[in-house]
Amino acid sequence: MNDTVIKADGLSLTFETNDGPVHALKNISLEIKKGEFVSFIGPSGCGKTTFLRVMADLERPTAGSITINGVTPEAARMARAYGYVFQAAGLYPWRTIGGNIRLPLEIMGYARSEQMQRLQHVLELVDLVGFERKFPWQLSGGMQQRASIARALAFDADILLMDEPFGALDEIVRDHLNEQLLKLWAKTNKTIGFVTHSIPEAVYLSTRIVVMSPRPGRITDVIESSLPAERPLDIRDSPEFLEIAHRVRDGLRAGHAYDD
Amino acid sequence: MNWFHHRILPILVVVAAIFALWYVGSIGLNARWAYDKAKRAEISLSFSEMVADTWSQEKPKLPAPHQVAAEIWKTTGDMAINGRMFSKRSLIYHGWITLSATVLGFVLGSILGILLAVGIVHNRAMDMSVMPWIIASQTIPIIAIAPMVIVVLNAVGISGLLPKAIISMYLSFFPVVVGMVKGLRSADQMQIDQMRTWFASRPQTFWKLRLPGSMPYLFTSLKVAMAAALVGAIVAELPINQNGGLGARMLVGSYYGQTIQIWSALIAAAVLAACLVALIGVIEAMTLRRMGMKR
Repeated sequence: MNDTVIKADGLSLTFETNDGPVHALKNISLEIKKGEFVSFIGPSGCGKTTFLRVMADLERPTAGSITINGVTPEAARMARAYGYVFQAAGLYPWRTIGGNIRLPLEIMGYARSEQMQRLQHVLELVDLVGFERKFPWQLSGGMQQRASIARALAFDADILLMDEPFGALDEIVRDHLNEQLLKLWAKTNKTIGFVTHSIPEAVYLSTRIVVMSPRPGRITDVIESSLPAERPLDIRDSPEFLEIAHRVRDGLRAGHAYDD
Repeated sequence: MNWFHHRILPILVVVAAIFALWYVGSIGLNARWAYDKAKRAEISLSFSEMVADTWSQEKPKLPAPHQVAAEIWKTTGDMAINGRMFSKRSLIYHGWITLSATVLGFVLGSILGILLAVGIVHNRAMDMSVMPWIIASQTIPIIAIAPMVIVVLNAVGISGLLPKAIISMYLSFFPVVVGMVKGLRSADQMQIDQMRTWFASRPQTFWKLRLPGSMPYLFTSLKVAMAAALVGAIVAELPINQNGGLGARMLVGSYYGQTIQIWSALIAAAVLAACLVALIGVIEAMTLRRMGMKR
């Protein structure tokens, strides 16, 4: 049985700009297996978001190959194989929370009764039951981002791609959401690709951490996490945690020394 | 009381200032005629007599507010009481004619504006080719082409309401196009990308994202369009003596030097515009509240 979900091989992406070509991604090879939680970390400009966008077929690579569930990103997108969570919640102000979460279901043509059933299910997953009739502006930033995660989960794709989803939130809310995200991942057994620039966040969440560096965007280190599946928040004070964080920091520093 | 201080008082102060300026202005502009009359009658006027005269002349250069108010009452409320509301001398009758051309032109112009905006947003060729023409169309003075439009349409047998409505449309579609193009493009790149991740079709993106997102822009431009439509209808009534309308009323007034009649038609047009714009404001508030966009 083949349990590879995402497979990139020699992937490169070059943007042509007025100042000459920008190598957003250069020769990226990576394999992600089913049920993994993979974080991409690196300074801005390292291509971590671009890599995620290539997986989602929002950008096209200029060289190399990538498959999602064994098919091209475009075919995967057309099969609605992944949910994508953006940096901002991006909820529609004219739709209620329930209406926002149902939006992808409406687009995909689910029957009304099924929409309502799925809505209740994902509201429970992100702990927003009772808020479906509220409008986005009536909710805090953290709740809005949870609603946007619920929206990405609503159509039950096996892959969840998250682009710095908690980047705009304060530390306390972020801790809380990280904890919830881990529980959600354990419950749903989805494959998650998670872009972040926070070392503690990456180490706390991931089964594998991909360290990237800029100019050209490339992978400098891939770290397997030795942390147990069960992770209370105070695991972040344990020696194993600090050791992994240290290695991530070293990887980031090595990437930087290259170009300074 | 606070409400009075913050909302009513400023308006009253401005209105009082306008009336004061108006009365002073009509003394200044009508004084010469008052003195001329006195000179011919070989009497001398005291200052207070002169002022009284400038505020009560039959054909003043600038009629005083109370004269205009009296004329408006005479041609609206008073006639309505006497059952002559739709007599040809009634401002209500003329206002109704202008209103129907305005509303028809506004509706046509809004539909045209929205359709053009949808085309421009979805078709790059249309964006490049149509937009310059739309802008060029508004640089032509309407007063110059209004008579031509009416004469040409008359020649092909179209007369009455429609030619006037077409000129209203010509003025009112422009703000709608500009506002709606901006509104339909107000969805940010992230929201467009999000639709893409769901493999949404173009019509779905339009109906579920672009159109609802454009609503605040639509209402703003509809208000401008409504005012423009009224101006268009009045201008269309000016060139040839049409069968009534506020513009025709102004034209007749100017033929016979009936300044009071011109001013009362002018005030009636202003009140009409204010009511129409306020009506759109009410519809806007209701719509946006139902959409949850008004807090």
